[in-house]
Amino acid sequence: MVNEYADFNTLKELLGVTDGNLASHAKALEAEQYIMVEKQFIGKKPNTRYMATKEGRKAFKDHIDALEKLIQKR
Amino acid sequence: MDNYLKDIQDIKKMMDKSSQFISLSGLSGILAGVYALTGAFFIKYIDALDNGYVIVDSYSFKLILLVAVAVLVLSVVTGLLLSVRKAKKQGETIWNSTSKRLVANFLIPLVTGGVFALLLIKNHYYGLIAPITLIFYGMACINASRYTLRDVRYLGLTITAIGLVATYFMGYGLEFWALGFGVCHILYGSVMYFKYDRK
Repeated sequence: MVNEYADFNTLKELLGVTDGNLASHAKALEAEQYIMVEKQFIGKKPNTRYMATKEGRKAFKDHIDALEKLIQKR
Repeated sequence: MDNYLKDIQDIKKMMDKSSQFISLSGLSGILAGVYALTGAFFIKYIDALDNGYVIVDSYSFKLILLVAVAVLVLSVVTGLLLSVRKAKKQGETIWNSTSKRLVANFLIPLVTGGVFALLLIKNHYYGLIAPITLIFYGMACINASRYTLRDVRYLGLTITAIGLVATYFMGYGLEFWALGFGVCHILYGSVMYFKYDRK
C-alpha cells in the first residue's frame, strides 16, 4: 500500500472521474468490505476518507498476482 | 495478453502518481548547482582578500552568510518556479497531498540541520558547519525522495557521504560545499533533466 488512506477529492483528482462515478464505485467496494469509509468534519467542511481493509488488501494482491500469472503464461 | 500487461502498468503508474511528486524539475537542480558554485567562487575571492582568515562578526563573515542565504533563496525560488511550470505542462496540480508530504519530509531534517548549524556558530564550532549542513541536507533529500523522483535519493546519499568525508578533512569546508551543493546538483540535475524533462 502506498497510501494509508485517500480522501474523496484526492481520488477524484487522481482518477479524473465525476463525483457520481467515484461515489458509486466506492459504494460497491464498500459493499464488498474491501474499503472502509470515514466521514468527518474538518472545521466546517465535510471530509470523506477511504481506507483499504484487510480483505481489500488481500483481494488487491490476489488480483495483481493473477494478472502477473496470466502475463507469464503467455 | 497485452491488456493484462497494460492493466498492471496502469496500476503501477497510479500507485506512483498518488505517492510521488513527479513535477520536480531537473533543470532547477542544475541551476542550484550553478548558484552554489558561483557563491563558492565569490566567497573564495573574499577569503583571498582577507589572507585566508575569517573573523566572526567581521564584514567578511557577514558577507559569506549573506551569500549562503542568497544561494539558498535563489535555489528554492528557481526550484519552485520551474516545478510549477513543469507541473502545468504535465497537467498536474502543484499543491496536493503528495507535494505537502514531500515538503514536510524535506523540511524536517533540513531545518534541524540549519538550527544545528546556527547553534554551532553560537558555540564557536566553526569547523563542523560545512560537514553538518551537508550531512543534514543529504538526509533531507533521502527522506524526501520517498515522495518524489527516486534520483533524489542518490543525490542525498552522495551528499551525505561528502559530508562525512568533509568531517574527516576538516578545514576544507568551502571546497566540500562547492562539491556537494555545486557539482552534485549539476550532475544529478542533468541526469534528471535528460531522463524526465525532455519530452
